Amino acid sequence: MSLDVQNLDRETFVVNLGPQHPATHGVLRIKLTMDGEYIVDAEPVLGYIHRMHEKMGENRSYAKFLPNMGRMDYVAALFNSHGYVAAVERLAGITVPERAEFIRVITCELNRVASHLLWLGAYLIDLGGFTPMLYAFDDREMILDLLEAVTGARLTFCYFRFGGVANDVDENFVSGTRVFVARMRSRMPMYEAFVSKNIIFRKRCEGIGVISAETCRRYGATGPVIRGSGVAYDVRKAEPYSAYPRFQFNVAVSDLCDNMGRYRVRVDEIVESLRIIEQAIDQLPGGPVMAEKVPRSLKPPKGDCYFNVESARGSFGVRVVSDATENAYRLKLRSPCLSNLHLFRECSRGMLLPDALAMLGSLDLVIPDIDR
Amino acid sequence: MSLSAIKQKLAEIAVRSADAASPVPLAVDTAHAVRGTDLDVTVPPERVTDAARVLDEAAFMLESITGVDFIAEGQMEVVYDYTFTASGERVAIRARVPRAKPELPTVCGIHPGANWHERETHDFFGIVFTGHPDLIPLLLPEDADFHPLRKDYGA
Repeated sequence: MSLDVQNLDRETFVVNLGPQHPATHGVLRIKLTMDGEYIVDAEPVLGYIHRMHEKMGENRSYAKFLPNMGRMDYVAALFNSHGYVAAVERLAGITVPERAEFIRVITCELNRVASHLLWLGAYLIDLGGFTPMLYAFDDREMILDLLEAVTGARLTFCYFRFGGVANDVDENFVSGTRVFVARMRSRMPMYEAFVSKNIIFRKRCEGIGVISAETCRRYGATGPVIRGSGVAYDVRKAEPYSAYPRFQFNVAVSDLCDNMGRYRVRVDEIVESLRIIEQAIDQLPGGPVMAEKVPRSLKPPKGDCYFNVESARGSFGVRVVSDATENAYRLKLRSPCLSNLHLFRECSRGMLLPDALAMLGSLDLVIPDIDR
Repeated sequence: MSLSAIKQKLAEIAVRSADAASPVPLAVDTAHAVRGTDLDVTVPPERVTDAARVLDEAAFMLESITGVDFIAEGQMEVVYDYTFTASGERVAIRARVPRAKPELPTVCGIHPGANWHERETHDFFGIVFTGHPDLIPLLLPEDADFHPLRKDYGA
């Protein structure tokens, strides 16, 4: 249902959604102008947890900034680290050993599955279904245990280094990952039966929150948001990086354009990630996990470069400008969530508030990633 | 539109190199594997809207806008990063504005997604995007009168 907001002659009122509100999943405020239950205008107000990471990137050495990268998109922290180390490696001309690239892909894809599972649980809670979260967190827990053993952290990972990764993976990680892949595959039919076919869930998703492919392009929305609108844009395919060209996988895409489209993309993406993990584990080469001769004090040559990775939420970009000193001259962090949220104001006009919140949840926002 | 056709159109807008005997437009092919972009174009600040229009017509997506403070040269650079979702090709548009009067026109009218990126760049650098509908702080406090990414800002 929607309302013709152009021809309003009724009284409107303003109400704040957040900054502390469970539906925004973080400290995000949305200034709503309402006509009854219908949205006339929804203006997101950002910056409540802005920490100026980009300045911190300028006033410390490249290596000392690494821990910061786990604290932006903390649900999928490895992708941010990957984008940052890869950008600096590109600028400094460092070649990463094959084994390290494989380990990066495996851990990143595990992180993607964990992130999508967290989204699945939290989104279902948004829509009023509590139980799926318990199942999703059960599966996610296995990933966190695997990643904890190799990275030392469960959430704010700081595992990648310039030229490789901090620790090699052991036999327990390899066998544990195989067990997880098999288990997660066997759980997918359950999620489909339990969630995808649920009539209440479908009524909140099908035909609700329609975002066109053109709107995604005009706002720079990426990741499952643009793929849920029928555009098969995935940085892993568009600008192949790391070891991704070595593996066979499909880009999950749906032309439904609604909440269900974005839900389908993420669920299908879990299956594709499992395929990548399985191939990478099977083909995991031997050898070192760190490049030789990466200087302790890294000074990339003067110049700038850009590097993009496909994070769990879309295209995460890093632009590094070096003046050949120990610190970056400028470090731009391009957050996917910022652009994905930007289209909310335009797309929510005339929607019922509960429908708009269902759409907001389907965007999978992580607020610290927006505010940086 | 192919990348070479886009390059041709952008070359007409681009700044010409000053030092060469016969000035060439600063629209340079770059190796994607080395720089992360396929085309790097420097345009005069007043013509960023023309460049934006070329890339919008070619269905490119504006991914980010940011600034760099080159304090030693008394200039600030504004960088627009574009990507083409069908091919993964990337174009960077640059414009240099004087530090004393950092102003250039907004591209909000062409890319609605530029709105927040320009507000953020205004927050961090104090660069004014003339014609922007609502150039208020995005990430900084609403009464912020400082620009933390300027190189003369102490932190």
